Amino acid sequence: MALSLERLGKYDPKDPQKNRLTDLGPRHFWQYFPPVIQNNYGKWAYHDVLEPGVLVHVSETGEKVFTVRCGAARFMTVQHVREICEIADKYCDGYVRFTTRNNIEFLVDSEAKLDALKKDLQGRKFPGGSFKFPIGGTGAGVTNIVHTQGYIHCHTPATDASSMVKSIADALFEEFQGMNLPAKVRVSMACCLNMCGAVHCSDIALLGYHRKPPIIDHEVIDKVCEIPLAIAACPLGAISPDKTPEGGKTVKIKQDRCMFCGNCYTMCQALPLSDKEGDGVTILAGGKISNRISMPKFSKVVVPWLPNNFPRFPEVVENVKKILNAYAQGANKYERLGDWAERIGWEKFFEKTGLEFTEHLIDDYRLAYDTWRTSTQFKYTDAAWNVSKAAGGID
Amino acid sequence: MALFEPKNEQKEIKYAEMRIYSDEELNNYTEEELKNFKIKHDIPDLEELEKGPWPSFVSDAKQGALHRRKLADDRMLIDRDVIEDMLGQLQVSFDDGETHWKHGGIVGVFGYGGGVIGRYSDLPEKYPSIAHFHTVRVNQPASKFYNSDFLRTVCDMWEYRGSGMMNLHGSTGDLVLLGTTTEQLEPIFFELTHELGQDIGGSGSNLRTPSCCIGKARCEFACYDTQDLCYELTQYYQDELHRPAFPYKFKFKFDGCPNGCVASIARSDMSFIGTWRDDIRIDQDAVKGYIAGDFIPNAGAHAGRDWGKFDLQKEVLDLCPSKCMKYEDGVLTIDNAECVRCMHCINTMPRALKPGTDTGVSILLGAKAPILEGAQMATLIVPFMKAEAPYDNIKEFIEKVWEFWMEEGKNRERLGELMQRFGLPKFLEIMELPPAPHMVKTPRENPYVLWKEEDVPGGWTRDIKEYRTRHKR
Repeated sequence: MALSLERLGKYDPKDPQKNRLTDLGPRHFWQYFPPVIQNNYGKWAYHDVLEPGVLVHVSETGEKVFTVRCGAARFMTVQHVREICEIADKYCDGYVRFTTRNNIEFLVDSEAKLDALKKDLQGRKFPGGSFKFPIGGTGAGVTNIVHTQGYIHCHTPATDASSMVKSIADALFEEFQGMNLPAKVRVSMACCLNMCGAVHCSDIALLGYHRKPPIIDHEVIDKVCEIPLAIAACPLGAISPDKTPEGGKTVKIKQDRCMFCGNCYTMCQALPLSDKEGDGVTILAGGKISNRISMPKFSKVVVPWLPNNFPRFPEVVENVKKILNAYAQGANKYERLGDWAERIGWEKFFEKTGLEFTEHLIDDYRLAYDTWRTSTQFKYTDAAWNVSKAAGGID
Repeated sequence: MALFEPKNEQKEIKYAEMRIYSDEELNNYTEEELKNFKIKHDIPDLEELEKGPWPSFVSDAKQGALHRRKLADDRMLIDRDVIEDMLGQLQVSFDDGETHWKHGGIVGVFGYGGGVIGRYSDLPEKYPSIAHFHTVRVNQPASKFYNSDFLRTVCDMWEYRGSGMMNLHGSTGDLVLLGTTTEQLEPIFFELTHELGQDIGGSGSNLRTPSCCIGKARCEFACYDTQDLCYELTQYYQDELHRPAFPYKFKFKFDGCPNGCVASIARSDMSFIGTWRDDIRIDQDAVKGYIAGDFIPNAGAHAGRDWGKFDLQKEVLDLCPSKCMKYEDGVLTIDNAECVRCMHCINTMPRALKPGTDTGVSILLGAKAPILEGAQMATLIVPFMKAEAPYDNIKEFIEKVWEFWMEEGKNRERLGELMQRFGLPKFLEIMELPPAPHMVKTPRENPYVLWKEEDVPGGWTRDIKEYRTRHKR
């Protein structure tokens, strides 16, 4: 048993079926549970967060497992993964786990092993100064930001993911290493509304968005695309068949109908959308997944567009901080960001965060009416007085 | 003793036997060299991203690049500069405000229709080593526990046959290997299956790689064996995972309780969320312990700020969404028939309260991201189902849903969109499920019921002459 060094390894291109193994599925989970996890499977009685990023789970048997949670960029090289393995070998009998939100978890079975592990993790830095394994991401704080590929590997992004996440995570590092918020705050990032990260139910969601309709590559569209599929791909029916001056098959686009979703580009590579001035970032807020206290809810668009100001996205960082600071000051214990906004009213949300409310934030897509307010219940904020003035209701 | 058995033999992987690189090769640069290392392209914006406390992916990429530079020529099958070129192209993408990856490209391994994503640079002359830069999705073990023998072996294989860049993990849950050539796809697949006993994941119009929360492995709230159900269904539906036969993608996710740590309710076409149908277990002494301040509420999750002394009334009873709890004469009582199992009281006092013991799953259907008809959350369809191996009841339900979707779903129509197009009443009729108020937030607000002819006595065929005998024109 050894990895092959042959250029084509065990694969024989002359007989591709030879020795082919298929449908194995993933390796079985049980072998990767450390002994303390195997022995106490299903027997856990309770847990405590000992300090930010450090958990203890106590079993009915009296055994304990201590977890140190570390932030990580989900992009890693083999060198970084090998370093994770080195730490796992040194302190955790070779075991390590990753969370759904791309944190790394090192588990040990006694408190005595904890201090050395923590000290080691805290001491490891990249030459540029950033921590390799910052400890945190538990309780009422900000945990790792899940995200998508962006410019590193994707063909449809409206912004970059890794750089924006790094910038936001740097700015929220205190919240990652602390537990001083009213409840947990989940920040998520997707670089276009295909949303392979499905960020639409996050406390704060950052979403890349296009603002220019597709350009039509008339020369090749008939060769590289199924034109009927491209036409059918448009949710607003903005694409229709057309002829080039030479009589070739192509499409035309009613540009004022385009909502910039990019679905046509997904179906047809001759309809690219991305553009330096057009592309940018939308911020959504107030969503949640958990059923705790209130039902899960969608995030709402609170900032319609900000520029892609690479590499640090100062405008995005500033707006995220505004939302987070207002929430931290105003919300009650256990209250998620969306629950806070609903309790105080969205008019107060905009007042307290200082975000500008523009016409873009009023839904005019299908089912928009569900979000219109059909009540005399509201709170007076400057935004209300502005409307009253504009309507001639007051001086 | 193993509580769960694998479906196929799991050969033990020993890195010492599998490895490609020697220790000297793995540690082939000094800290000083790394500090002074510049890649071949100018990357000022990326160097800016080396600052700040959060782990810098650029710093990591640079150490990978230096490591490759110092390996001997015959110690890798992919161009040495692949990481440097990726960083160079990323800088140009920042300059241009546009991605430089081409649209798609169909590549894969023989007999599978998913698991590999084709990717090509649109600047191949400038960045030749990433001209081909395909992704391989490796199906992660349930809830992402690993040992170092496995990970180190993957690293050696991937450094030799790929770029050495990866994601731990991709959004759906796979361990993602980023960047290799078409030539190496089959050899990588053979190494994964033969040496690592490990398959690749889903992509395209397939069942996508299922994922689950940590479950009973390290959580006191888990109401069923999330890893086991995830593993069982992943194995049972290997054909659906590898060979595209669906209208579009389909995702399973498994949350052990209504806290929803893998976000199944927002991110999966079929969401399994653990729940219970008996009573919340109460340890009255521990309740008193919380009141007395012996235990920190919510397991200490709020310790970073002084929120004052724990107040059972204010922090638990008043926040209960159905107000079904009382604390009188030193005894906490819960009217379990009124409880909606939101988890708040249990999360707040984990030593005192635990989910019931008659557990199962709620099944919700149809969540998806905004493409096309807007984002959807999953809708509650099955309030409670037992979830015990071999999970035949769950498989039966899944296949009934798939039968409908495969029959009626249009190209690229997710289950949630199809349910909207058909309407929930029709969907329930097809699924042979009785309608229940649990499936809606409120009853409908318009009376536009599409009554069927058989619903109405006498049918719809009427005679106008007979009508006119009673009503003059």
